[in-house]
Amino acid sequence: MKNTFVAKTLKLSVALFCALFAPALSRAANPPDAPPVILIQNATIYTITHGIIDHGSILIRDGKIAEVGASIKAPANAQVVDAAGQYVMPGIIDCHSHIAVDGSVNEGSISVSSIVNIADVLNSDDVNIYRDLAGGVTVANVLHGSANSIGGQTVVIKLRWGQPASRLPFEGALPGIKFALGENPKRSNGGGGGRGAQQPRYPTTRMGVEETIRGAFVEARDYKRTWDDYNKRVSAGDKNLIAPRRDLRLEPLVEVLEGKRYVHSHCYREDEILMLLRVAKEFGFKVRTFQHVLEGYKVADEIAAAGAGASTFSDWWAYKVEAFEAIPYNAAIMTRRGVVVSINSDDAEEATHLNQEAAKTMHYGGLSHEEAMKLVTLNPAMQLGIDKRVGSIDAGKDADLVIYNHDPLSAYAVVQKTLIDGRVYFDRQKDIADRATLEAEKKTLLEKEKKAASKRPEGADGARRPGGQRRPGGGRPDGAAPPPQSTDDTQINDSDTGDSKTDPSPSASANHGGVL
Amino acid sequence: MNRSLNGAIMSLRFCFSLCAVFVVSLFFGTTAPAQTTSVYAITHAKIFTLAGAPIEDGTLIIRDGKIAAVGASVEVPASAQVIDGKGLQIYPGLFDPITQMGLREIGAVSATVDSAETGPFNPNVVAADAVLPSSEHIPVTRAAGITEVLAVPASGGFDSSGGEGLLGGQASAIHLNGWTISDMLIKKSAAMVINWPRIQSNTFDPSTFARRQRPYAEAKQEYDKQVDEITDWLDRARHYSQIASHGGSAEFDRDLKLEALGPVVRGELPVLVFAENAREIRNAVEFCDAQKIKMILAGGDEAYKVKDLLRSKNIPVILRPTLTELREEDLPYDRLLTQPAELVAAGVKIAFGSFDNSFARRLGQQAANAVAYGLPYDEALKAVTINPAQMFGLADQIGTLETGKLANLIVTTGDPLELTTDVRYLFIKGELTSLDNKHHRLYEKYLNRPKATNSK
Repeated sequence: MKNTFVAKTLKLSVALFCALFAPALSRAANPPDAPPVILIQNATIYTITHGIIDHGSILIRDGKIAEVGASIKAPANAQVVDAAGQYVMPGIIDCHSHIAVDGSVNEGSISVSSIVNIADVLNSDDVNIYRDLAGGVTVANVLHGSANSIGGQTVVIKLRWGQPASRLPFEGALPGIKFALGENPKRSNGGGGGRGAQQPRYPTTRMGVEETIRGAFVEARDYKRTWDDYNKRVSAGDKNLIAPRRDLRLEPLVEVLEGKRYVHSHCYREDEILMLLRVAKEFGFKVRTFQHVLEGYKVADEIAAAGAGASTFSDWWAYKVEAFEAIPYNAAIMTRRGVVVSINSDDAEEATHLNQEAAKTMHYGGLSHEEAMKLVTLNPAMQLGIDKRVGSIDAGKDADLVIYNHDPLSAYAVVQKTLIDGRVYFDRQKDIADRATLEAEKKTLLEKEKKAASKRPEGADGARRPGGQRRPGGGRPDGAAPPPQSTDDTQINDSDTGDSKTDPSPSASANHGGVL
Repeated sequence: MNRSLNGAIMSLRFCFSLCAVFVVSLFFGTTAPAQTTSVYAITHAKIFTLAGAPIEDGTLIIRDGKIAAVGASVEVPASAQVIDGKGLQIYPGLFDPITQMGLREIGAVSATVDSAETGPFNPNVVAADAVLPSSEHIPVTRAAGITEVLAVPASGGFDSSGGEGLLGGQASAIHLNGWTISDMLIKKSAAMVINWPRIQSNTFDPSTFARRQRPYAEAKQEYDKQVDEITDWLDRARHYSQIASHGGSAEFDRDLKLEALGPVVRGELPVLVFAENAREIRNAVEFCDAQKIKMILAGGDEAYKVKDLLRSKNIPVILRPTLTELREEDLPYDRLLTQPAELVAAGVKIAFGSFDNSFARRLGQQAANAVAYGLPYDEALKAVTINPAQMFGLADQIGTLETGKLANLIVTTGDPLELTTDVRYLFIKGELTSLDNKHHRLYEKYLNRPKATNSK
């Protein structure tokens, strides 16, 4: 708790400082611009699309990969990074994340919450952005939670730590919307609106989940027709029309029908996976990705035939009934059956070692090194429709790269540097070197705060700050911790799994903050 | 007996090289189903005994459930079933000292959860009494090379109704194989769980179902009260123990809870104290010191802050997974990853624990990650084998590959801490034990699903 206070105080001071000197400092607060030309030399390069290059080089120009090859001559103006004995892979793409969200990730009061948008609540100083960068993650698909059959709108971000929230979204990436099937939307685990609750919220069965989705798309289709008719008549020259009333809840669903917004659906059981495919077929939209999809291995052919992607965990299981047939071979079976598969985190900490989680598919199911690496690079890029920009080390793509000291698919590999758009956003040596300075700065601020507190009249709360500054819960390591029991808040609100990697224990709550 | 044969057949499935499959099928085609009384010889393997330097080309003999011989020039008995260990490596089986193995099947389904009793003081409940030998978690965990665990009640703090158990009950050391719990037991009562009280200014109020802030003084008062209560239990147990030793009745006027605490206050049974913050760890250490009881720290997020105290009092630590989110945003991102190395450098004995069932198979990964951040490799291996065995007084039976110890061991394709290593054979109490499990069965089943024809 003490440190929350410290962090808040720090932020308050920073906020005040910035408010006073904003124009001058806003640029200074950002990381320095990348040098226009960088040459990484002597590295083992996992290109993903054209094999491994030993002692290879990558030339970066204006944030893009200009050239990849066995030997590239350093241009006169290049900053040379000697990566001898090191390993470079494309930046890791986490297809299921809840980092950088201010507050809860669930608008849990209604079963169709398509009106809300995660992009509206991005928090660029969530420390998990930095921690995930330190784990080699460069892109995250930031999703709404799974409390609703149709959840909120979602956004793909680049982990540009230090940049304002407006600079986080991945330019040009199609937005998404979260759907959820099974135990979470029917609220099986932990009361709060499920069967037996004082005020149950429809739906409470998988049948009802299907009808909720179907009902919403019936409305969306009608709504789309109303607008289509209107637009047609306007373009035919009709000038005396009143536009139909806008419906912000249905608009995102119309975008789904028009292929302008991806559906990312939380699911577990084989039957509900097929259910959503039927509903999608009925209304003529595509399921872009099934998320978690822990029983995807049972219906892999059907998923492949529908052209849907599958984004799953490496080895989570048994935390609830619908996860009791989860197997670590899931990714391998689906891959073998032709599904584009990714391994995701759903958890800020899990995201810091997705390279290791991908490696497990070599052990469980015998995927090749390249296939395993694709699970956290090119495949999630394809699932998010950004594979022309990221996901492999190819000329023309964004220079989003991770440098490790070992083969990244080893438990002994440590990230040395993470680059986004050709700019170093994480550098292990710099991180270590900066610690003493940060510690000293924190101490100074604390002392200042102490002095200020002693001058304040009784009852004034130093930690309180101007409106709009609060950042509770939502994956904060020490934010407003959730109630200890399995409630909808802990079970569903801040995570998709309805559970976590650890017990719903007080210590786990403390460790995981809101991510239970 | 069928089980062992089955195990052998299943272990086949883990062999991806055709050659290995051939060798193994020959081997099991010509021998009777394995029994615990069987004699095995694993030859030409690299043997990491953890009781000396690795043996490059060694042989290990198993007889009557125990390691009969291990060395570079060991004679293979005529009666032995021989496993060619060429290209393979032998290690002691891994030991996960904090799990709820057999006590919790599906986390979200309370009917399958027996991991914590209600109420704050349950020293008399014993994990072994509720361990389900046929739990699906056991074979899954075993396939990761883990041969024994501690099933720990109330590990993590919460009972089934959401309250905290201060005296959580007795942890049991068990082999991960057996038809019944008596087959599985290594030590029924291996430690007494204490969830050390915490000074919490921010608490959960069950009446409003919300969190509320309260003054430090109030939190401290509650903390002191809880510590006093634990003290009181131990004092009473001490008196009870003295009376009992002076010929008190064995059958009448018994107090089961005080009786259960007897071995603790007599210094025979260690207490496994769950605490995370430096302040609480320090208080717990001082408490145990004053009470003259043997402490093992579990959790220890901030153990690095009190490492000198832990070393000077000789208190070992079972670390919460290195793969855990940091509790404070100001901490260096690798704080939990570098802690194991820091503690070992300071002379503190450590072990890694999963604190879980379904993530028990990440035990090796945790240890390897700590190596990546500075822990010497040998220390990492010890931290998942001999160190936890020593903590619970089991080092004479397990933890290293030495003559006379139980044959709990694994034969692997390489480093058992690395993500891609296969466990080829696993022995528990000298029995060649199945590596098959629910996950592998489902894999086989759905790998062989005929191509769906109606999938369009």
